Amino acid sequence: MAQVMMKELNKKYDEVHAVKDVNLHVRDKEFVVLVGPSGCGKSTTLRMVAGLEEITSGEISIGERVVNDLPPKDRDIAMVFQNYALYPHMTVYDNMAFGLKMRKFPKPEIQKRVQDAAVLLGIQELLKRKPRQLSGGQRQRVAVGRAIVRHPQVFLFDEPLSNLDAKLRVQMRVELKRLHDRLETTVIYVTHDQVEAMTLGDRVVVMKDGWIQQVGEPLELYGKPANKFVAGFIGSPAMNFVDVALVDAGGALWAETEGLRVKVPPAHTSRLGAYKGQKVTLGVRPEDLHVASGNDPNEYTFPAVVDVVEPLGSEILLDLRAGAHTIVARVEPAVRAKVHETLKLALTPDRARFFDLKTELAI
Amino acid sequence: MAPRRARRSRRTAALLLCYAIIGLFVVFFLFPPYWMALTSFKTNQEIESLEGIPFVIQKGATLKHYQDLFTKTDFLIYFKNSVLVTVPVVLISMVISVLAAYALSRLGFAGAGVIGTAVFLVYLVPDSLLFIPLFKIIGALGLLNSKWSLVLVYPSLIVPFATWLLIGYFASIPKELDEAALVDGANHLQMLVQIFLPVAVPGLIAATIFAFTVSWSGFLYPLAFTFSSDQQVLTTGTVTSLIKGDVYHWGGLMAGAILACLPPVLLYVFLMDYYISGLTAGSTKA
Repeated sequence: MAQVMMKELNKKYDEVHAVKDVNLHVRDKEFVVLVGPSGCGKSTTLRMVAGLEEITSGEISIGERVVNDLPPKDRDIAMVFQNYALYPHMTVYDNMAFGLKMRKFPKPEIQKRVQDAAVLLGIQELLKRKPRQLSGGQRQRVAVGRAIVRHPQVFLFDEPLSNLDAKLRVQMRVELKRLHDRLETTVIYVTHDQVEAMTLGDRVVVMKDGWIQQVGEPLELYGKPANKFVAGFIGSPAMNFVDVALVDAGGALWAETEGLRVKVPPAHTSRLGAYKGQKVTLGVRPEDLHVASGNDPNEYTFPAVVDVVEPLGSEILLDLRAGAHTIVARVEPAVRAKVHETLKLALTPDRARFFDLKTELAI
Repeated sequence: MAPRRARRSRRTAALLLCYAIIGLFVVFFLFPPYWMALTSFKTNQEIESLEGIPFVIQKGATLKHYQDLFTKTDFLIYFKNSVLVTVPVVLISMVISVLAAYALSRLGFAGAGVIGTAVFLVYLVPDSLLFIPLFKIIGALGLLNSKWSLVLVYPSLIVPFATWLLIGYFASIPKELDEAALVDGANHLQMLVQIFLPVAVPGLIAATIFAFTVSWSGFLYPLAFTFSSDQQVLTTGTVTSLIKGDVYHWGGLMAGAILACLPPVLLYVFLMDYYISGLTAGSTKA
């Protein structure tokens, strides 16, 4: 059990600056997820913590120890790889026991730990099999088992669910979460899947181009994204972005663009005052749009033409056009919308977000 | 139905062509050993006779050539020498090649790629170019006319190619496998011996077969470095003892060749299964 500190962490390959000034404090027993598109530096960061990648500059400490120059075996970590990396010539038992044998644990202790882990993961029946005789989900369990028998200070997961089919992924996601609750160990988990990140992480670290974009609890990232990238990356379908001009009309601030004109919600007016006469990006999540009823104030509604209707059962996704802009709205399953029909859409005023056009930072 | 039938007949035609080509190959490659075996069982009279069909034994088979080989020549000494040379050559070459290939393919130090290519280029230097300088070196070491000179010389031929071959195979083993072992607490040597090499067995076998073949069938170096009967290996020994001036003892030569072929053939047959069953299956999803 230990915290992990990363200070001014950098990784440069010959040409590429893969990780840039990463500062991150993973607390003891915390489940932290690094998420971002491929090439964002999340895996490199994890591999530096594991000791599989040299650190160009900066410092990593696990517990109280600076581990920069320690080989992986001396860092007291365990890692689960995307492709499982099971030892193909060993049985499941030997795969799980290998790390303990390397650390010269007495045989009875090894047996007990492997048994316990096998029971925990439901793979007692598989201990005598070879990896090639296992299904993808079973291999994944063995890989996790190999990590937990060691009782390491920190678990590192590198996209462990990416190779599983959708149904199994959801199931394993739940199991990993349950496992973390039981083992109470620090976890650093890398994924490109924002749903995985949101569901698993105590805190989520969004990365892009080697920079940390935002660190926060899942709902914090969802509700208060620090910039346009985080806003677009977290949430599915993604947030709608429309570039609008801020104009003063009748003493109030309005956001205007071709085919769309809404009042700036009162919560934002003071911060947006400085942008009067300039363009900003308006961000609205699909779930913050609905078909307008009589109760909706007119200044937060706009007309839109239905392009595509995607009925998902629990909800309906509408692809609409408002002027030149394409917008996705997530509406009640009871809504009966036809293609080419013009609807009056309303947005939930206090949920709208504004971003600086140049810096893309939240305003 | 018509297009399907057309497709099927096209498939049949393609198959027939394939079998025809394979058939040609089989004849082409099996004829020399057939001829060797045939000649080794013929009597001298029949070998020298210009009458009749030469492709079958017509006047009765004989084991005389084999008998003579064991009783009238030093064939057993040559055979023993070949074994005594080849076993250490294979061991030494494999140890060097495995360590070199592992370092070049996995440790990722600066210049690894260039060195890897350089190693391969060394292999392209023909051995007929090297035996004169090597002769001087062997002489300086006082190993002329000793079979042990071959143990020293053959690895220089084998290691470059075997290393290059292993680099290629090692590259096909997922890197996560060694990384998992390193995280699990193994050092590089433990990881190499307990995880990496067992997975690399098919590649190791390919390299071993290559090393064995080079050492077992080498002719030029033993011819240049060993002279006396007690130091000669199979390739040179049978030839020097069965070609007397311009008299070729074809029956004996072919009997010797057949017996000399047996170990490599057995090795191939025995190892082919291991070679084909790729052990990496199941270690990773891909």
